[in-house]
Amino acid sequence: MNLVTNNKWIGQRTIRPDGMDKVTGRAQFAADTTMPGMIWGKVLRSPHPHARIRSIDTSKAEKLPGVRAVVTARDIVDFPIANGAVMLGIQDMRWMCRNVMARDKALFPGHPIAAVAATTEAIAAEACKLIEVDYEVLPWSIEIDDAIKPDAPVLHEFNKFDGKPSNIAGRLEHKKGDIAGGFKKADIVIERTFTTRPVHQGYIEPHACLISVAPDGKTTIWSSSQGQFMVRAMTAYLTGIPQSDIRAIPAEIGGGFGGKTIVYLEPLATLLAKKSGRPVKMVMTREEVMRATGPTSGSKSTVKIGATKDGKIVAAHGTFYLQAGAFPGSPIRGAAGCSFTPYDIPNLLSEGFDVCSNRSKVAAYRAPGAPIGAYAVECVMDEVAEALKMDPLDFRLKNAAKEGTKAAHGPVFPRIGYIETVEAAKSSPHYAAPLGDGHGNPRGRGVASGFWFNAGGESSAQVNITEDGNVVVTTGHPDIGGSRAGIANICAELLGIDYRRVSVIIGDTQTIGFSNLTGGSRVLFASSIVVTQSTEKIIQTLRERAAKIWEIDPEAVKWENGAAHPVSPNAGQFEPLTLEELAEKAPAMGGPIGAGVQLNTTGADGGFGTHVCDVEVDVDLGIARVIRYTAVQDVGRAIHPGYVEGQLQGGVAQGIGWALNEEYIYTREGKVDNPGFLDYRMPVCSDLPMLDCIMVEVPNPKHPQGVKGVGEVPLVPVMAAVANAIYNALGKRFYALPMSPPKVLEVLEAPTREAAE
Amino acid sequence: MTELRYLAPDTLDEAIGAFAKAGSAARILAGGTDLLVQMRSGVLKPGVIVDIKKIPEMMGIEQTADGGFRIGAAVSGMALAEHKSFSKVWPGVLEAVNLIGSKQVQGRASAGGNLCNGSPAGDSVPAMVAAGAIVTVQGPNGRREMKVEDVPAGPGRTNLKPGEILVSFALPPRPPGSSDAYLRMIPRTEMDIAVVGVGVSLTIKDGTVTAARVGLGAVAPTVLLVEDAAKALIGSKLDDAALAKAAAACSAACRPIDDKRGTIAYRTKVAGVLLKRTAAIAAQRATQKN
Ligand SMILES: Cc1cc2nc3c(=O)[nH]c(=O)nc-3n(C[C@H](O)[C@H](O)[C@H](O)COP(=O)(O)OP(=O)(O)OC[C@H]3O[C@@H](n4cnc5c(N)ncnc54)[C@H](O)[C@@H]3O)c2cc1C
Repeated sequence: MNLVTNNKWIGQRTIRPDGMDKVTGRAQFAADTTMPGMIWGKVLRSPHPHARIRSIDTSKAEKLPGVRAVVTARDIVDFPIANGAVMLGIQDMRWMCRNVMARDKALFPGHPIAAVAATTEAIAAEACKLIEVDYEVLPWSIEIDDAIKPDAPVLHEFNKFDGKPSNIAGRLEHKKGDIAGGFKKADIVIERTFTTRPVHQGYIEPHACLISVAPDGKTTIWSSSQGQFMVRAMTAYLTGIPQSDIRAIPAEIGGGFGGKTIVYLEPLATLLAKKSGRPVKMVMTREEVMRATGPTSGSKSTVKIGATKDGKIVAAHGTFYLQAGAFPGSPIRGAAGCSFTPYDIPNLLSEGFDVCSNRSKVAAYRAPGAPIGAYAVECVMDEVAEALKMDPLDFRLKNAAKEGTKAAHGPVFPRIGYIETVEAAKSSPHYAAPLGDGHGNPRGRGVASGFWFNAGGESSAQVNITEDGNVVVTTGHPDIGGSRAGIANICAELLGIDYRRVSVIIGDTQTIGFSNLTGGSRVLFASSIVVTQSTEKIIQTLRERAAKIWEIDPEAVKWENGAAHPVSPNAGQFEPLTLEELAEKAPAMGGPIGAGVQLNTTGADGGFGTHVCDVEVDVDLGIARVIRYTAVQDVGRAIHPGYVEGQLQGGVAQGIGWALNEEYIYTREGKVDNPGFLDYRMPVCSDLPMLDCIMVEVPNPKHPQGVKGVGEVPLVPVMAAVANAIYNALGKRFYALPMSPPKVLEVLEAPTREAAE
Repeated sequence: MTELRYLAPDTLDEAIGAFAKAGSAARILAGGTDLLVQMRSGVLKPGVIVDIKKIPEMMGIEQTADGGFRIGAAVSGMALAEHKSFSKVWPGVLEAVNLIGSKQVQGRASAGGNLCNGSPAGDSVPAMVAAGAIVTVQGPNGRREMKVEDVPAGPGRTNLKPGEILVSFALPPRPPGSSDAYLRMIPRTEMDIAVVGVGVSLTIKDGTVTAARVGLGAVAPTVLLVEDAAKALIGSKLDDAALAKAAAACSAACRPIDDKRGTIAYRTKVAGVLLKRTAAIAAQRATQKN
């Protein structure tokens, strides 16, 4: 382990490299891009939740003046279902090709049916209306209970579960010990069922792209995504254009949270551009974003936990049903795999069920699946602690996973920081503070923990020394969480120079080596490994150059404070050679100085967090407000603490929205009834108190700077922390999200049924 | 595609002429915070837009000799907030107008637009109803006055005749011991739409309510004047029994729908809760010295 200590730049809240552009409006987002001759693409979408497409007649649309191209599923490369899975990351191209354009069936309202490019947006929209689609409308289901009924309309007839056509597209289980035997040893067993609604990632920037296809087939894509290489590969697969001909340029991104790890518009715009010979721009409306992209799953979970009187958990069983939407692939791995992981449970069964239904295909959302599972598990943990009359943090400490614990999803933990987060929560000023007077409004406090796997994977970096002795670092991951600032800190630290001399940019697919998408909290972990190795190579070159100039052995040169220094026996013999001087001498001394490294990185450690939440409830209106919140997390090493806190606060804000107000509401016709930010209520600034952060640093020994992913864990515990706080305030438990005012009031007004329980 | 004409006349007569001539294709533009949103979302495609912000009468705030106020229909929330005496006399109307949207929206949004947009959830409307505002409208056939509660006809519709423009709101002079208040229930703390809104205006003499008006929003197709609630308050000392009776009257007046914004049960209950809270604030304002 070569942890850098006594840091000058690592751990500093340096000014973010993208800050100036963003506050002045100069940052180029995908929708800001234009090209001469550009035309506009629009998508015709299904009005039906479920319908067979008998025919599509585009002839009238094609004749409308101004229309330059029309595409349908016929133009998209087919991945026949019978041929088996074609995976790109976690996405199966069989589903992707049917998601970007309905093939034989429309599977949700908003499912693309055709796309048109025309000289104006208005003409393109008008042309969409002229497309005649003959639908055979089919029965549909959206909610999990409806979709898994024996007589439910089946979305994909080929999919079988227990030998019969079914909407259950998959099951996954993690198992440890023997739960039946374990529950027998329990003095107390609590089992509860929970539901959550679909919630959208809620990025402010709608999906957008501008695509040009030259007559020779060379394609340039400017788009907003969490991975330009993912955009290139998916577009190549779906259009048949080789990857070498597609240059995907990542735009500055206005939020993704997992939702921009797949494509919607790029293949359509590419085909429209190819057909029309004109650059095509497409920008979704907010309504399209809400109807046809993301959201994460709605869910139904049952969690049973058994413990002995002295507070040891002896068995647990979780069953997590998650909506996948139109195509298989809900994040059951996160729900089943993460939810019990903070605890050392000898007998455990955690099962996930992937349920297709007639709503948009799920897209990743921050720690996909984990917050859903943790909500159920952490609420039951609270009930068990209460039944045992134990402090909920003490109960967690007593059962905490630690080094050597075998997690049900496989690994035996190395040194992890979960216990440290619980201890820090316990000793926080927040946990010690009285709840204070709510002036008639009851107040309560709740806690919850959470885990996320984190990830490594492929990263590439190129570090170049400029002729004037400064540094340009190119990486391949869109920066959605501060990776540019973190990398500048690390590179400046290693080179011993001012961080303002390091410029970090995100390369496009044809200028930097393959880099996996921004997801799984992997980017700073993985890219700092390749940047560190590249920088170390450069330092080696610099030492060699100085040695050559001084005519001494390279081993007798050390690199310190941005310059080469001779060491014994030559110490003091020569004036140090700075980076600027070595850059100036580079042409004569061996040429340009730069190094690149490409790796499939490993060694990402999972992350743990423990949260404390205070709420106040207006019992007459049913409004619960979070009045104080502290997020504690093992962050490995905070390379840029401001950004780490930003990640924690952002995750908490999203979780509070999920807990209290956010939900997809459907009409009786199966359409989303709140496809906009007025009625899809994410928190606004004034809804939240200052969200306090406590960063616990248990460095990852397998990473040169000790980095662990930090971006996803902070969403995992939030809904349970809020729910447990509301229980603490009201003495009533809620088993469904969101805990919005009408629902809170309904529970408060319901006659108490304690006698029956 | 279809052409859009934008007119910004300097006089009311010109505006009425242009508006009446263009017929149903025309729309009045005040702050545009409803109109432009509806146009962008494709709900509305007007052929002519008549901007009324260049007409002095639409933009003025005037305190009349008797102590009443006349507010131009297109006066923005921000301009009303900056007026030196309005907030002292009608704090409830002002707080309702100022609840509309955000700072940015406040720079444009008008009470006239809020009323003419016809939303049952418009925030300033219940406060204006409680205040007993009288509106002046003018059309091809001249001027007339209407009670503010008579303007809305249903969601998105008003009782203005073709070609008529809302010109101003007149608020009556206030006897001593009078004040008002407005509260709304929203799930968030701002940038939201009222699930229920209640405006209360009171006059209190020696601890007894001598006059009261109650406006109730978002619980029926139009904003309501709840006379039974006012009756329950008048003559009382705002004791619990009177407040409970007034709250019950508000709940009884509700004719809400179950929708994405709230259930019938929720809205009905909340109407009563808000009545009590709003009346308490109005009473406190009415009885405080200065
Ligand atoms: C972000 C945002 C937040 C909002 N929040 C709220 C809120 O919290 N509460 C709330 O009540 N509303 C809210 N609104 C809606 C809107 O801001 C208000 O209804 C506002 O009062 C409208 O006023 P305006 O001057 O902008 O009206 P405009 O948009 O100019 O006009 C609205 C309608 O009234 C007609 N009209 C306007 N003036 C006249 C006139 N003098 N005579 C005849 N017809 C006329 C127009 O033709 C149009 O149909 C919000 C809007 C936005 C965009």
